[in-house]
Amino acid sequence: MDLAFFYFLILGFAIFMYVLLDGFDLGIGILFPWFEEHHQKDHLMRSISHVWDGNETWLVFGGVILFAAFPEAYSTILSTFYLPIMLMLFALIFRGVAFEYRFKSDRSKPWWDFAFSAGSTVAAFCQGVILGAIVQGVPINAIELSSWIWLTPFSILTGFSVMAGYALLGACYLYMKSRDDMQQRASRYARTLLILILLFMLVVSLWTVVAQPEIRHRWFDGINFFLLSPLPVLSIALGYTTWVSLSNVNHESRPFWCVAGLFLLGFAGLVVSLFPYLIPRHLTFMDAAAPDSSLRFLLYGICIFVPLICGYTLWGYRVFSGKVEDYQEGY
Amino acid sequence: MELDVAILSRIQFAFTVSFHIIFPSITIGLATLIAIWEGLWLKTHNPYYLQLAKFWIKPFAITFGTGVVSGIVLSYEFGTNFSKFSELTGAVLGPLMAYEVLTAFFLEAGFLGVMLFGWQRVSPKMHFFSTIVVAIGTWISAFWIIVANSWMQTPAGHVIVDGKFEVASWFEVIFNPSMPYRFTHMLMASFITATFVVAGICAYYLLKKQHLNMAKKGLSMCMWIALILTPLQAFIGDMHGLNVKEHQPIKLAAMEGIWPAEEENVPLLLFALPDMEAEKNHAEIGIPNLGSLILTHSWDGAVQGLKSVPAEDRPNVPLVFWSFRVMVGIGFGMIGIALCALVLRRKNALYHNKPFLFLVSLFTPTGVIAVLAGWYVVEVGRQPWLVQGLVRTMDVVSPLPPERVLFSLTLFIVIYSLLFGVYLYFMRKLIKKGPPSMATLEQQLIGMKAPGYALAWVKTLNHSEQGEK
Repeated sequence: MDLAFFYFLILGFAIFMYVLLDGFDLGIGILFPWFEEHHQKDHLMRSISHVWDGNETWLVFGGVILFAAFPEAYSTILSTFYLPIMLMLFALIFRGVAFEYRFKSDRSKPWWDFAFSAGSTVAAFCQGVILGAIVQGVPINAIELSSWIWLTPFSILTGFSVMAGYALLGACYLYMKSRDDMQQRASRYARTLLILILLFMLVVSLWTVVAQPEIRHRWFDGINFFLLSPLPVLSIALGYTTWVSLSNVNHESRPFWCVAGLFLLGFAGLVVSLFPYLIPRHLTFMDAAAPDSSLRFLLYGICIFVPLICGYTLWGYRVFSGKVEDYQEGY
Repeated sequence: MELDVAILSRIQFAFTVSFHIIFPSITIGLATLIAIWEGLWLKTHNPYYLQLAKFWIKPFAITFGTGVVSGIVLSYEFGTNFSKFSELTGAVLGPLMAYEVLTAFFLEAGFLGVMLFGWQRVSPKMHFFSTIVVAIGTWISAFWIIVANSWMQTPAGHVIVDGKFEVASWFEVIFNPSMPYRFTHMLMASFITATFVVAGICAYYLLKKQHLNMAKKGLSMCMWIALILTPLQAFIGDMHGLNVKEHQPIKLAAMEGIWPAEEENVPLLLFALPDMEAEKNHAEIGIPNLGSLILTHSWDGAVQGLKSVPAEDRPNVPLVFWSFRVMVGIGFGMIGIALCALVLRRKNALYHNKPFLFLVSLFTPTGVIAVLAGWYVVEVGRQPWLVQGLVRTMDVVSPLPPERVLFSLTLFIVIYSLLFGVYLYFMRKLIKKGPPSMATLEQQLIGMKAPGYALAWVKTLNHSEQGEK
């Protein structure tokens, strides 16, 4: 297999893992203001305090894979989206330290609550905005242009979509990790968010198809739509399954996995629209690829360590499986 | 005033990376100490080791957390602020950093959850294993980032194709000439930093007559460690210095304040005010010929000086010169403390000598200061190069509008100052609160006896039974 293509897949894998894993813990942060009581907020925090660090590592992994395998894309994308990336980093700083300080604080607790929820929300929004701006195709070498070129109606829409999507993942995660009252609330929020996210997916898809002829041709030329139709059809089916399983407490983890599937389909749709570009109509993954000597060297590391990482990450989740209420723990 | 984006980006990177290094330089050593205490507790069942581990795990957690969030910033800043640099060197530095993430970051994060929160969920041995893995993860992380940085100091194993770097030999890139010295020097520095943080707080407790048994155990152990590591560090530092002399002579000349293109009978300057305009030092106080003796191991050995290269190829001499003296000064102070401790120990006065305890508690943050000063020597001393002799820092900055960088730099300064204040506040709070009492430790039984562990165990059994059916 072509090395550049392999790294394109690895990059996709890293981004998807990040979206899935940090998605649910950012989502918990987005839902945070809707839970008023102190013990409920404690519950939310405790459900993710042992995993947020690992989840955020996937963001770093995505960044360094881009750096190592596609240096040109890394340098162009990051410097073009200077402001939203910086804002996202600031937001992640606030929510990250909130985990450590909130449990040790007394009077300052409301501030950490705010840092956690605002940080999570802003970080999610910025990621959505960056995604939207990339899909839309920001003029490259826009680095010198207006600071706000990345902020368009479309990118704001994708910003809110990602926020809603993460909140949905968060609600489904909470549905797994709680009982009784908390679980019912999680299920209620998840249903509202599910409808919202399906609407967002629809609007974003239609918008790109209408506004971008290249993407329209990709989806509708010849028999393409017929070949690609499983994506929308399966999405609707998964949406329905999620809805149904949210009322059946015997399948506590099913909504989460269904929504993960929904995200995978949405991500696949995105790849279909943009392939083979890393920066639409400007830089393909083949052109951006680092020299073979670098790609081959890193290949060993990826083949050995990515399976290991998945293994012990899974072990970590198993150690902390079960409901949050069942444990009294800290350090 | 005209804003210069290159200067702003450099200030921002220097500021964010300086802030970041404070935290790993503590956690690398502290993780190792916690692992040692936990191991000693499992072996000896002496509860004071457990108390030490359980107490320090909290400062460790907030230090580690702050290190993580400030570290994520760095992995993106290469691209945002030094886009041309990342494009030129991505093929070399990218895979090294990717290896850091693959072999260290995930490992630390994966086992940190169990180390912090898993006391009641896994067996004591499994918990101990997790702590060890986190500690080793911090070492591996230090290894890769030092490899990347060392390649920028003493580049090797690369070829330049169409103006971009490509790798001819990964072995030469990784084991570049300065890497072994710089890696051991940094790892030792972290161990020593953490040792003095722990010793300082234990001395503070002894002065306040609180948590005496734990504090004695901690102080005694740290002073033994310091007695071994601080002289060893001076030796490694000396070897590192000789390596700098061979590969980066101008940096060495700046460290020692040597101006003539070539100087024999180099004195060891204790004090001087280097003047870049006049190309000489003012108010020199030095020991004749000692510089030659240390650097060349001969009485009148010649050393290359700053004037052997044009002025635009020299770093900021006063900054390098003084940072170096701060680092070395602290280092010798630490050796002095370790020796003092040995003398007091023989007199059975280690835990009672107030001036000594006070001095040790004053030394709490000095490890961090020495690490920072050392990194200033390394990084400022390499300027004006970003990759020694090959890439100039000023040439590879992102062509951003200056206001945008000024905006982010201002926010970084505000947020990091806040963050640092909060960090110190919570450190103080944790230290005031002290370790968990023996009674609490008894209650939160660990491992098999803990209710949480039993629950998890039953669940696993049920699970496997279902599997068999």
